[in-house]
Amino acid sequence: MQLYKLTIHEAAQLLRQGEISAAELTQAMFDRIAAVDNQVRAYLTLTPELALEQARQADERLVAWRRAGASDTLPTLLGIPLAIKDIICVGGVPTTCGSKFLENFVPPYHATVIERLVERGAVILGKTNTDEFAMGSSTENSAFFTTHNPWDLTRVPGGSSGGSAAAVAAGEALGALGSDTGGSVRQPASLCGIAGMKPTYGRISRYGLVAFASSLDQIGPFGKDVTDCALLLEAIAGHDRRDSNTIDAPVPDYVTGLKKGIRGLRLGIPREFFVEGMQAQVETAVREAIATLVGLGMEAREVSLPHTQYGVPTYYLIAPAEASANLARYDGVRYGYSYPDAQDMWDGYRKSRAYGFGDEVKRRIMLGTYALSAGYYDAYYLKAQKVRTLIKRDFDRAFEDVDVIVAPTSPSTAFKIGEKADDPLQMYLSDVLTLTLNLAGLGGLSIPCGFADNLPVGLQIIGRPLAEEMVLRVGYAYEQVTDWHLRRPPI
Amino acid sequence: MRLTREEVEHIAELARLGLTEEEKERFGSQLSAILEYFQVLQRLDTESVPPTTAAVPLDNVMFDDQVEPSAAREDILLNAPDPADGFFRVRAVLE
Repeated sequence: MQLYKLTIHEAAQLLRQGEISAAELTQAMFDRIAAVDNQVRAYLTLTPELALEQARQADERLVAWRRAGASDTLPTLLGIPLAIKDIICVGGVPTTCGSKFLENFVPPYHATVIERLVERGAVILGKTNTDEFAMGSSTENSAFFTTHNPWDLTRVPGGSSGGSAAAVAAGEALGALGSDTGGSVRQPASLCGIAGMKPTYGRISRYGLVAFASSLDQIGPFGKDVTDCALLLEAIAGHDRRDSNTIDAPVPDYVTGLKKGIRGLRLGIPREFFVEGMQAQVETAVREAIATLVGLGMEAREVSLPHTQYGVPTYYLIAPAEASANLARYDGVRYGYSYPDAQDMWDGYRKSRAYGFGDEVKRRIMLGTYALSAGYYDAYYLKAQKVRTLIKRDFDRAFEDVDVIVAPTSPSTAFKIGEKADDPLQMYLSDVLTLTLNLAGLGGLSIPCGFADNLPVGLQIIGRPLAEEMVLRVGYAYEQVTDWHLRRPPI
Repeated sequence: MRLTREEVEHIAELARLGLTEEEKERFGSQLSAILEYFQVLQRLDTESVPPTTAAVPLDNVMFDDQVEPSAAREDILLNAPDPADGFFRVRAVLE
């Protein structure tokens, strides 16, 4: 049995039954990584000593549990090997954010989500590749190397959480965490043919997530299927004093909730999400998926989100503006790259940032700085914040008539490495279907719904604020009558 | 909507980014194209629309002002480029 092919829920079952040990499972993952990561390049750092120690402890807990009669509840993630996007702090392990600036940065603390995983006995295999400071849609902006899509190694895995998505798709981790500011979990999930979710803003703590755009960032799980996503979400979600934007609401039992059924739920099809220039086979696959959901008893109707076309300029003014503030901390004084031969303090800042940051990061810092600067603030940043209100109102209005909105995740399947790298605006436009959710603070799940020329197509399921349970339920129901989530890349 | 060289230099200085001449040219050109495209927002009448600063409405989240341990000094200095006697050594701020 090739253990790397298991889902989290299958592995959890086998661990409890004593069929496999956590140590075996973790070793199997490192063997798989050794076999394919030289081609996929999902990982920046591997943590075998940490992982094997965590696995050993998980095995001890399992043995003790069996001895005590196997009756207590064990956390589902006990012994489960996971990959973590390198923008989330794991204490004692390099967290580079895909940047030369933080190439040697080792955080002295765990992000809240990591503390929660560690408490539950999960195993951390390593840190995955990302566009620098999460800025990008292809993982090509990583300062180190690009990650390759396991379905076609000449193509991008999407971004910015491309490393995490590729790792799960290629069997290099049973699950992973990423972050999503404008689509960076959902879009790579779509391009890599796996499940990936961004929850409602404030559902998961951002403490220990290196900040890009504070009003938009959320951590999100990747899994081979919806059940695995639900398991990860349950483990990491919840109020956290250390992130004052977390919502103080209980975390539902997402896994039990999956089976509640979807008959009678109303599904909205947003006409503006079927954009001009969208790949025809993507549209076909998504419309067929919607027909499948209707076949399961959902009522479908068209809805309108008229300000969708303004999403890209709105997002690409707000996110860079917030980023320009968040990245001001990288000055070479307390951590990170510090230019050694500076003339004075200011020269030190200028040169550290010049050498430490890549092009896309510099572009966005400049865009954001400009949008916030005196004389331009009203026309750009304030204007964008007002359009953000209009975008949010579109969704609020639609959700008066429907319970979920279903649409494509990405207008196209995975593009070739290098294809969009020279045209920043083209790259930005590929986020058109994901970024309005971040602006509106809504959660969305992407699941595979077909193929176009052997490349995965993703279906996006969008819910009202804090409606993760319903969104996951719709995805789960779809999986019960289809097998896209069982397909694996040939690698 | 073409950014002038002075504008590019001004923005770079506000952001403390040391740009090469080539970068000033290239970024200036790319940013001009991007900002030109963003003019589309001006089409919308937002006169009576309030800005959204946070998508989820949370007000005045507070906690009690109690002293708690934060982080150990050695841990904080672990990544310091130039630590000295338990401080971050910096270049002169004032002449």
